[in-house]
Amino acid sequence: MVLTIKEFSQIVADFTGKKMVSCPICGPKLSICCTLLSIWGIVMLSLMGVFFQIHSAALFEDIPFDEAEFHNSSMHFTDYVHKQYEKTALNCFIAAGIYLLFFFFSCTQQRMNAKASYEMS
Amino acid sequence: MGSMFRSEEMTLCQLFLQSEAAYTCVSELGELGLVQFRDLNPDVNAFQRKFVNEVRRCDEMERKLRFLEKEIKKDGIPMLDTGDNPDAPAPREMIDLEATFEKLENEMKEVNANSEALKRNFLELTELKHILRKTQTFFEEAELHHTQAMHDPSLTEESLGLLGEDIHRGQALKLGFVAGVILREKIPAFERMLWRGDQVNKSVFIIFFQGEQLKTRVKKICEGLVLGQTQDHRHRVLVAAARNIKVWFIKVRKIKAIYYSLNMFNLDVTQKCLIAECWCPVADLDRIQQALRRGNERSGSSVPSILNRMVTRQEPPTYNRTNKFTQVFQSIVDAYGVASYREVNPALYTIVTFPFLFAVMFGDFGHGFIMFLFGLFLVVREKQLQAKKIEDEIFGMFFGGRYIILMMGAFSMYTGLLYNDIYSKSISIFSSSWYPIDPNTNKTYSLSTLEANNQLQLHPIYSNQLGPYPFGLDPKRYFKKPLNIFCEFIPQVVFLASIFGYLVILVFVKWVKYDGSPESTRKAPNLLIGLINMFLFQGSKDQYMFTGQGHFQGFLIFLIVICVPWMWFVKPLLLRHWHRNGQQYQPVLLVEANGRALLEDQDEVIYHDDTPSHKHDDSDDEEEEFDFGEVFIHQSIHTIEYCLGCISHTASYLRLWALSLAHAQLSEVLWGMVMRMALTMNSQILGIIILPPIFAFWAGATVVVLILMEGLSAFLHALRLHWVEFQSKFYDGSGYKFQPFSFDNLGEYGIEDK
Repeated sequence: MVLTIKEFSQIVADFTGKKMVSCPICGPKLSICCTLLSIWGIVMLSLMGVFFQIHSAALFEDIPFDEAEFHNSSMHFTDYVHKQYEKTALNCFIAAGIYLLFFFFSCTQQRMNAKASYEMS
Repeated sequence: MGSMFRSEEMTLCQLFLQSEAAYTCVSELGELGLVQFRDLNPDVNAFQRKFVNEVRRCDEMERKLRFLEKEIKKDGIPMLDTGDNPDAPAPREMIDLEATFEKLENEMKEVNANSEALKRNFLELTELKHILRKTQTFFEEAELHHTQAMHDPSLTEESLGLLGEDIHRGQALKLGFVAGVILREKIPAFERMLWRGDQVNKSVFIIFFQGEQLKTRVKKICEGLVLGQTQDHRHRVLVAAARNIKVWFIKVRKIKAIYYSLNMFNLDVTQKCLIAECWCPVADLDRIQQALRRGNERSGSSVPSILNRMVTRQEPPTYNRTNKFTQVFQSIVDAYGVASYREVNPALYTIVTFPFLFAVMFGDFGHGFIMFLFGLFLVVREKQLQAKKIEDEIFGMFFGGRYIILMMGAFSMYTGLLYNDIYSKSISIFSSSWYPIDPNTNKTYSLSTLEANNQLQLHPIYSNQLGPYPFGLDPKRYFKKPLNIFCEFIPQVVFLASIFGYLVILVFVKWVKYDGSPESTRKAPNLLIGLINMFLFQGSKDQYMFTGQGHFQGFLIFLIVICVPWMWFVKPLLLRHWHRNGQQYQPVLLVEANGRALLEDQDEVIYHDDTPSHKHDDSDDEEEEFDFGEVFIHQSIHTIEYCLGCISHTASYLRLWALSLAHAQLSEVLWGMVMRMALTMNSQILGIIILPPIFAFWAGATVVVLILMEGLSAFLHALRLHWVEFQSKFYDGSGYKFQPFSFDNLGEYGIEDK
């Protein structure tokens, strides 16, 4: 994980053509908060994705159910529900991916802040 | 051996310290922190005591140190805190310290005065510099205007500038001016004054500075460099002081604490030795002796210090040994009331019951997990966080309660699993193997099964009331007072056992007698209704579970009714009877028991009352005057509270159920209103876009509302259940805390003697 963060920060540095230390966007507290939030998001959203994927009954209320669409599609009820389950699962996986990117972002922010405060003292 | 169940056994001791060894001995005792000195001169005010001079010198030193600290903080110099704990310096070192501080303070004051003067000078000169600069630009501008106006006569009056008109008329007019600086808020008034002046005679004054003078001014500004040097010096002094200031503070406070304690001692007749009285735990007498020996060696005194145990009628202080884990639970109990001496300490049970009751109300695996992680973080990073010394009050609160947070989190995870709630979602870890057959339809579980089956209806209230009641009455508490056993303990136990003990038995009878088959299930009686019917004498035959139940219940009611006047009247009436006959029954028992016990394990026993030097606290020792009215009212309140408490406390435990429901509902609502909105989006793209921010919002609301706010409310309810419902059953809490003389809490000494 550390290596990937390093790589990522290297990529960002190459892309922007700037030194990483130059200017963090978030403060130290905000970046820690964001890191924790994104860890939570990654774990929870991917787990939810898995549970949607296996058609977990407890999540039945959380799938979109459009009656008009169901009647038009002339699908079997179970098939339609399973399709919706998988659609929601995909949403969750994508959201987890977004949080993964966000995690890298906030991690680099945090490292920048740590570096800055280290240089200060 | 420390035990949490009861407080430490304490003893009053008399200390004879040689006057030359007293200082070092007390210093050793302070490092040990196991001795609480009693003030033997309470009538003497602070100025008449023996070591008042030394205390005052310490105060003075502390003041100087505080002054230095303030200066250091002002300059933002980091104070070195190595965390080492120097021994209390010898008395002769005090003079050195005093001299050092004196020197430092004088130096600081001098530097401050100098820099103050220089700063003022510097400011004046800066002002002058600016005036000169401003006037220069002003004149340059005026000249420019002049030339402009000459070339362009069409300019309006306003745009001509301040001097425009006059200059326009030519250089013939002799102009003068005065320049200076003025406070910003005085500008309008000044302007008005000037304007009025203008109305009268339209003249402006100009004073030209000579070039010479300007030169000297500028030269003087250069002298401002001296200021820089002064500041450098100040910085150097402060940095040097910052390196040592923490250690100095500790040293001075230790000296002060020692003299403060020495002030509590008595001088004996020969003036050769000091006599002290102190409370100390019996188990630590050896360590105290060792400390005294060390103190003697350090002072080089040949005569040893003597520690004698004494017998007294006074109530000893309560000393519960705690560690970093039990400390917070002990403080929860102490906040309600410090246990009486050798009373059962509820803190031991609180360690388990508090997190458990909390978790019953906070049962959610996800929320518990977050709380657990937070507690774990605080516990694992304990040392680093402690070293950081974060002075945030709220963080300090969380950090102090880190072990309780950890426990509460772990227990909440457990109850969350029992409730099968994870952020209001349920999971199926294993499927149920409990399939009651519905007697009517012969099919498996349905809603009507639940209504028909009494066993499934088992209310949580049954299991909760068993806990505290039977063990809550502590027979040992009444040990020295046989009257209380017969007039309080026995009727209380009988009273409780007749109602709730009986109910417990009924629960087991019901379990044994009815096997869960449809027939017997239908026949099984409802226990709660049965209990109510027992008081109303309304039980019907088919509701009884064993023969003669009706008569037995009648007998129990009789017992209950008997217990009330027994609790209420017997004790005060007996007390009055004894008092009239002049019998001193209780204190006699007490002293005999105590005295014999002490005589057995130690030969040297000094009877507290025999020593003539303690006349003053005889009044404390004497029994209070007997007042029948007061005793009777006290007993009435206790009895009524006890009987009503049996009902109201049972109802009060319902808050467990109510709060757990409320918590589950709230998290359900949050999920339904927020997360479901994003998940059930019909359009997939929209769903993907709003899911991450919605999740962030949901996570934030979960932490703030469900974990922080609900956690606080569950915490407060758990606190109340412990203080009111649990502890009121058996806990006296009328003791006072053992506050040993210790160097660990030096800060408190500073405030105490102000």
